[in-house]
Amino acid sequence: MKKSFDVLIVGIGGQGTILASNVLGDACVIEGRHVRGAETHGMSQRGGSVETHIRIDGKFGPLIAPGTADLLIAFDVLEALRYRHFLKPDGTMVVSREMVVPTSVFSAKQPVPKMEDVEAELKSGTAKVILVDAAEIAVQAGNPLAANIVLLGAASHKLPLAAESLFEAVRRNVPPKTVSVNETAFRLGKEAV
Amino acid sequence: MAEETPKKYLLGNDAIAHACLEAGVDFVSGYPGTPSSEVVDKLRAQQDPWYYVEWSVNEKVAFENALAASWCGLRSIVTMKHVGLNVAADPLMTSAYTGTKGGFVVLSADDPFAHSSQNEQDSRMYAKFAQIPCLDPSSSQEAHDFAKTAFELSEKFSLPVLLRPTTRICHSKGDVLLGESSPSTRKGVFVKDPKQYVVIPAHTRPLHVALTKKQPEIAKYLVESGLNSAKIRGTKAVIAGGISNSFVEEVTPKDISLIKIGAYPIDGKWLADVLSKHTEVLVVEELMPVIEEAALQAQTSTIIHGKLDGYLPHEGEFSPALVASAIEKAGFGKNTYPASPEQAIVAVRPPILCAGCLHRSVFYAMRKVFKDGIFPSDIGCYTLGLQLGAVDTTICMGASITIGSGISHACPGTDVVSTIGDSTFLHTGINGLINAVYNNTNQTIIILDNRITAMTGHQPNPNTGITATGEPSPKISLEELVRACGVSFVETVDPYDLTYLLVTLREAKKHPGVKVIIAKQPCVIMNKRLGIKRNRFIVDTEKCTQCGACLKYGCPAIETDETGASKITALCTGCGVCADICPAGAIHRGGARQ
Repeated sequence: MKKSFDVLIVGIGGQGTILASNVLGDACVIEGRHVRGAETHGMSQRGGSVETHIRIDGKFGPLIAPGTADLLIAFDVLEALRYRHFLKPDGTMVVSREMVVPTSVFSAKQPVPKMEDVEAELKSGTAKVILVDAAEIAVQAGNPLAANIVLLGAASHKLPLAAESLFEAVRRNVPPKTVSVNETAFRLGKEAV
Repeated sequence: MAEETPKKYLLGNDAIAHACLEAGVDFVSGYPGTPSSEVVDKLRAQQDPWYYVEWSVNEKVAFENALAASWCGLRSIVTMKHVGLNVAADPLMTSAYTGTKGGFVVLSADDPFAHSSQNEQDSRMYAKFAQIPCLDPSSSQEAHDFAKTAFELSEKFSLPVLLRPTTRICHSKGDVLLGESSPSTRKGVFVKDPKQYVVIPAHTRPLHVALTKKQPEIAKYLVESGLNSAKIRGTKAVIAGGISNSFVEEVTPKDISLIKIGAYPIDGKWLADVLSKHTEVLVVEELMPVIEEAALQAQTSTIIHGKLDGYLPHEGEFSPALVASAIEKAGFGKNTYPASPEQAIVAVRPPILCAGCLHRSVFYAMRKVFKDGIFPSDIGCYTLGLQLGAVDTTICMGASITIGSGISHACPGTDVVSTIGDSTFLHTGINGLINAVYNNTNQTIIILDNRITAMTGHQPNPNTGITATGEPSPKISLEELVRACGVSFVETVDPYDLTYLLVTLREAKKHPGVKVIIAKQPCVIMNKRLGIKRNRFIVDTEKCTQCGACLKYGCPAIETDETGASKITALCTGCGVCADICPAGAIHRGGARQ
């Protein structure tokens, strides 16, 4: 049986999925634990759908198999839906209540999805769904760009990592000037759940 | 505050770059290509490096520069993606004959599943072809360790050593134990030795003999050094290469032997000996059946399963679940992975050109003026013009102008409009241009000049005006270069000026021969980084007729609101092309500054 705690972080290129995954990876190193991760670079960025795999206590390969992830952290509701099949049946998803509609929907004049329908669809599965107003909370924390850290704060309850390690990892990964904003973002995210 | 641990959570490519520092590298060159680019990017970002580092104009140039440094006794590395090795294949093949002095590592990053590539070729075949050692790491830690080993191995056998990480090594992260940097004080000296370095037939024949002689010794050493190893645990075994080892270790039952291949060439005698201890073996390796063929060549009575009998695919990348299913098929153990759950149906979100990208307006204008045109294109962000119906062919770097020439000669009377980026033009596009002019081709060529190698992470090139380390360098004049090739129709346009762009294209359409239009605007991502801001555009909803012309433009900043009227979002970078497109004049400047 697998011994790692597998987290899939998904979003849209440019939203900060890699920074979020670096926080988890560094938190593992801080605790002296093994970790593996896989990222999307290159052509797959540029506003495309991106996925980052993180295997806490992972000693083997970096890839998570569909149907086995313990936790899904999604920066966008449509991306949560796109990748939810990676979750194990009793897994949890922590999702930012944010929806960027793909440009192709507008240019091809397809129907624009509605937030309430996507939310209902997400909740129709067996996984536990935690929706977070990450963008709003990030603004409260002092910077709309800190939404990714808000989401990590919200997900911290489900992660097998100490909050102090995550805090320290956040400090190591964000620009020095934004440390206090991001600390607040993490705390507010944590308290929002 | 937690104590600093000796391990770091590192990208495979960053781990390789650090290994170069530990190995005291003297000379670094490369051409950017996903998934290889971060190695040089990391090395060029070091403060006051003791080594020389450059981005070269293409992989062949990069390879030859680094080879020469090795001949001068310096430790050198050249980096590229797998298809870049095709460009550098000419010097590669013969550098095995001439041999090397200072450790010479050729990093060629493979891309199984073609995440960001035009094919899935396997660089291990090049190592075999050139008769040089190849190291194939299975994790970020091994990527680091093998990179160091590669320098030593190269010096031991006086040969280039191919380091072949795959995408899931380059762009994977893990907890990596690093060593100390070891600054080098070596000075290069070229010692003349024509028998070694001038490969006229009389010299090259004995060099080939010497190269062949080295092979068994190398293969033996790779086993002795533990790069290839066997853990005998039962009568059945799994043999794996590269990253497949990590999948195999995760899913293989404890009573199955594990044979790990980390390096090539594989010692045939050792392999035969290991195989003969087992009745049945499953070979797990991505892409080509290199290990599998070696196992079959060993001619033991052991039954060999792999790609050749359909247990595993020749294509794509592997995963633990895929390997587990092959292990179950071979009867070695049970696959405990769940069947993949059903995927939700969600509108696709492919990568797209940024809001304000110069390429989009060029593609729009091209399609307007050349309605029945054929549009050969090239490798870069602009390959995304496929979504806009403006890319008809893409095969490899520099193949826009050349394919365009071929089509133009094959189909007289056809309008051919080729697009190529500035970096790609300087890489291998220019040869095609010279050839097109020389052979009186009819073709319009648009150089998409954003002054940077954007797609791979904004590396500078000769058109940028700075070197890899940020030193100023003469900025090449594309206009003068193109004129010097013999082109008389050369126009430079601002692609944000849609009207002038359309006029210029119409003008080009009228003229016979080779016409070059240079569409110049900096990459919008670079603008953002440099703090260049323009006011955004807004839609006057009163005037918007909901005709959809702006939506069809495909800009990610243009959406519709609840009423169906167009809306410009905060992604707008103020290029203003949509305002020129809108037939109702409903779009105008006036939005907030970005």
